[in-house]
Order: sequence, then C-alpha cells, then structure tokens
Amino acid sequence: MSALRPYHALLARDLRLAFRRRADLLLPLGFAVLVVLLFGIALGGTPERLAPVSAPVIWVTVLLAGFLSLDGLFRPDVDDGTLDQWLAGPTSIVGLMYAKALAHWLLYGVGLTLSTPLLAMLLNLPAELLPVMLIALGIGTLGATQIGIVAAALTARLRRSGILLALIVMPLYLPLLIFGSGAVDAVRLGESPKAALLLLAAQTVLLLTLAPPAAAAALRIGSDNPP
Amino acid sequence: MNPVWRWFHQLGSPPYFYRFATRWMPWFGLSALVLSVIGLYLGMAKAPADYLQGDSFRIIYIHVPAAWMSMFIYVAMAVNGAIALIWRIKLSELLFLACAPIGAMFTAVTLITGMLWGKPTWGAYWVWDARLTSELVLLFLYFGVIGLASAYDDVRQGARAAAVLGLVGVVNVPIIHFSVKWWNTLHQGETIRIMGKSSIDSSMLWPLLIMALATKLYFVFALLLRARGMLLEQERNKQWVREVLSPPQIAGGRS
Repeated sequence: MSALRPYHALLARDLRLAFRRRADLLLPLGFAVLVVLLFGIALGGTPERLAPVSAPVIWVTVLLAGFLSLDGLFRPDVDDGTLDQWLAGPTSIVGLMYAKALAHWLLYGVGLTLSTPLLAMLLNLPAELLPVMLIALGIGTLGATQIGIVAAALTARLRRSGILLALIVMPLYLPLLIFGSGAVDAVRLGESPKAALLLLAAQTVLLLTLAPPAAAAALRIGSDNPP
Repeated sequence: MNPVWRWFHQLGSPPYFYRFATRWMPWFGLSALVLSVIGLYLGMAKAPADYLQGDSFRIIYIHVPAAWMSMFIYVAMAVNGAIALIWRIKLSELLFLACAPIGAMFTAVTLITGMLWGKPTWGAYWVWDARLTSELVLLFLYFGVIGLASAYDDVRQGARAAAVLGLVGVVNVPIIHFSVKWWNTLHQGETIRIMGKSSIDSSMLWPLLIMALATKLYFVFALLLRARGMLLEQERNKQWVREVLSPPQIAGGRS
C-alpha cells in the first residue's frame, strides 16, 4: 500500500483542489448546457427535429466540454514547480500520470456523464436511448481523458495552447466518437449496441495502456535539454 | 565495422550529411522530374479512357500516388521521430521536421484531386466516404505535428515533443482508418493489389507505377533540400557551416 502513496496523494490533492473551487467544477457543465441551448435554438426547438440529432449533439458537447478543462491540467504544476519536483524525484511519472488521468476522469468524465440526463431532457433524447448513452459516455470519456493528458503534457510548458490543443486532440477523438455514437445509433435502429460498445471499450483499454507512458515521455521532453 | 553501419553513423554527422545531400539531391530531383514527365505523358495521352468514367479517371495518376505518399511519409516521419527520441540523433529530429510539410502537401493534393474527381463521378465535391475522411483526419494530424513543433521556441524541444505526437498518431492512424471505414463506406474498392491479380489493365497500370516512383524520388529530393536548409540554420555557429558558406580563398591567387 505504501508503494501507492504518492499516487494516492496526487489523486487526493487534485480532487481536493477541484472541490475547493466548486465554481470551476461547474463550468464545463454550464458550457455543455450553453452548447445544447445553441443547438436547440438553431434547430428550431421542435422535438421532431431535435430527437434524431440529440445523441450526436450530446456526444460532441461532452467531448468539447471535457476538452476545455485540458488546458489547466498541468499548467498549475508547471507554474509552481511541482512538475520539476516530480521529474527530479524517485516517483514513477507514469504512475503519476495514471493518478492525474483518474482524477480528471472522475471530475469531468463522470461529472459530465452524470449530467447527461439533463442534456438529454433539453434535447428530447428518446428515453430508450439514455441507458446506452450513459454507458457509452462513461467508457468514452475515460478514453478521451487519456488522449487529453497526452496533449496537455505536450503543451504543458507552452504559454498559449488553446487552438493547438484542439488541433492535437480532435482528430484523435474521432474513433471514440464513431463507436460511441455508433452504439447509440444501433439502439435507435433496433439493433444490439454490443459490438460498438466493445470496440469503444477496446480502444479505451488501448489508450489506458499507451497514453500515460506517452504523457510521461512528453513531460520529460520539456524539462531539460539532454546532452 | 560493417560498411553499411559505418555509412549510417557517418550520415548522422551534420557536415557529412550536408555533403551527401548536396551531392545526391540534384539526381533525385532530376529523376523525379523525368519520371513524372514520362508517367504523366503515358497516363494522360497514351492510356485508354476508362469505359465507365471516361477521361476523368486520369486524375488517379496524381491522386493515387499522392495518397500513397501521404501515408508513407507519415510512417517515415514517425520512424525518424522514434530514432530522434530513442537515440537522440540530431539529424533525425531535422528529418522528422522536414517530413511533415511534405506529407501535408501530398495529403492536401490527395484531398483536392479526390474532390475534383468526386464532382463528375459522385456528383458532389465532398462525400463522407471512408478514405476521403481519413485523409482529412491525416491532414489534421500533420497540422498538429507542424503546429506543435513550431510552438516551441527551442527547435530541438519542439521536434522531440512533435515526435511524441507523431508516434501517438502512427498508432492511431490505423485505428482511425478502420473506424472510419466501419462507420461508412461507398468508395470504389481498391483496384491495385500487391498480391494477386490487379483489376486494372497494364497500359493504365504502368503510368501509375512510374508516377508512384516519381513521387517517392521527389519526396527524397524535397526532404534533403529542407533538411539541408534547416541544418545550416541550426548549425550556423559551427565552423563547418562557415567554411561551406564562405569558400576559402585560393592560396596564391591574384588579389
């Protein structure tokens, strides 16, 4: 147990920091509701027009809202020197990345997934689609977080990274989006969502395996000029 | 030491690479030019028109080689990125950086010619078909690499960060490709197979293969050209660059 202490401490710290600033925690949800509002107005607000597009709109909204939190993922750690302490210390950076990713997913992935019923209600999502939507989002956001920490680690030491972060992250989100909204679509067409969900889960497992080591390598690059 | 290995080690040294690039670059450029003239002539003038698509099929002599190169260069770029990250060879970082704009150019050519071909064939410039969509994603992967590399003030740091992204991309390219394919496809099947019989007549195939070779040679030419320029810029304070840029006065010459 003591071997896991640094990671546990980082996880607890990230969660505690987030809960000390509850307003920040609610911002992605507010953003998601705003995007849904814009879509609802642009589509005319009638249930017949909203229902068929509601699932994809929710998917894109959740991915965008989660993306917004990436910019601040490593920024405070870079600014106050925590990152340099990690790199100088004996703790495995890969392990720290897993803790960081888990904290980010618990705060934003799970948070946004749990707020999906609200978005679904606003967009007249057919009720029978909600369970598969929640499962797909729960898995998909875990994968999206992994992509996110790699991109955030790559841009951690840059002064401005907004658009660049989008350019890096969005193309990599594509397979998650395809199978995530594919699973919902399958249920809508009366088929089994199992294949799409399993492929989504497979991708997430692959990302969980590869992304934290990649993020750790990315953080090391900015730190020093190797001989 | 094995002569091939020794040559490889020598190639890693900037002055040696500079001389190598200067010597071989014109040959690659020239042979690319000659081959593309031959290939385009055979393809545009000699090959018969397609029985279904008429003359509009001729765009494949640009489209298909460019599409092959767009993916080939991404892999070549990632291999250089991996070498740069693992063995920290400075030259590999430069080659990695030099690959990205060339690959993005070929990807853009693929997309534009694909759209031009799509208009008469499918009736629309853009169709959400699997291969066009994955080419578009590939273009953004290239943009991401270029953008990340140029966002860093330090060229070498930027190159290494972009190399990590390139490796992430190379793992993702097949996943993106197959997921997009699963998502939707109405593209015509592949007409050229490396194994087994191709469903294309040899009078149409030869120009295509010549063009494929020409684009490969052009890639090497452009790569050497770019890498050479970047090398001079990065090593501008080194002695060998001063010697290269200002040829030594001939001793005993008339003053």
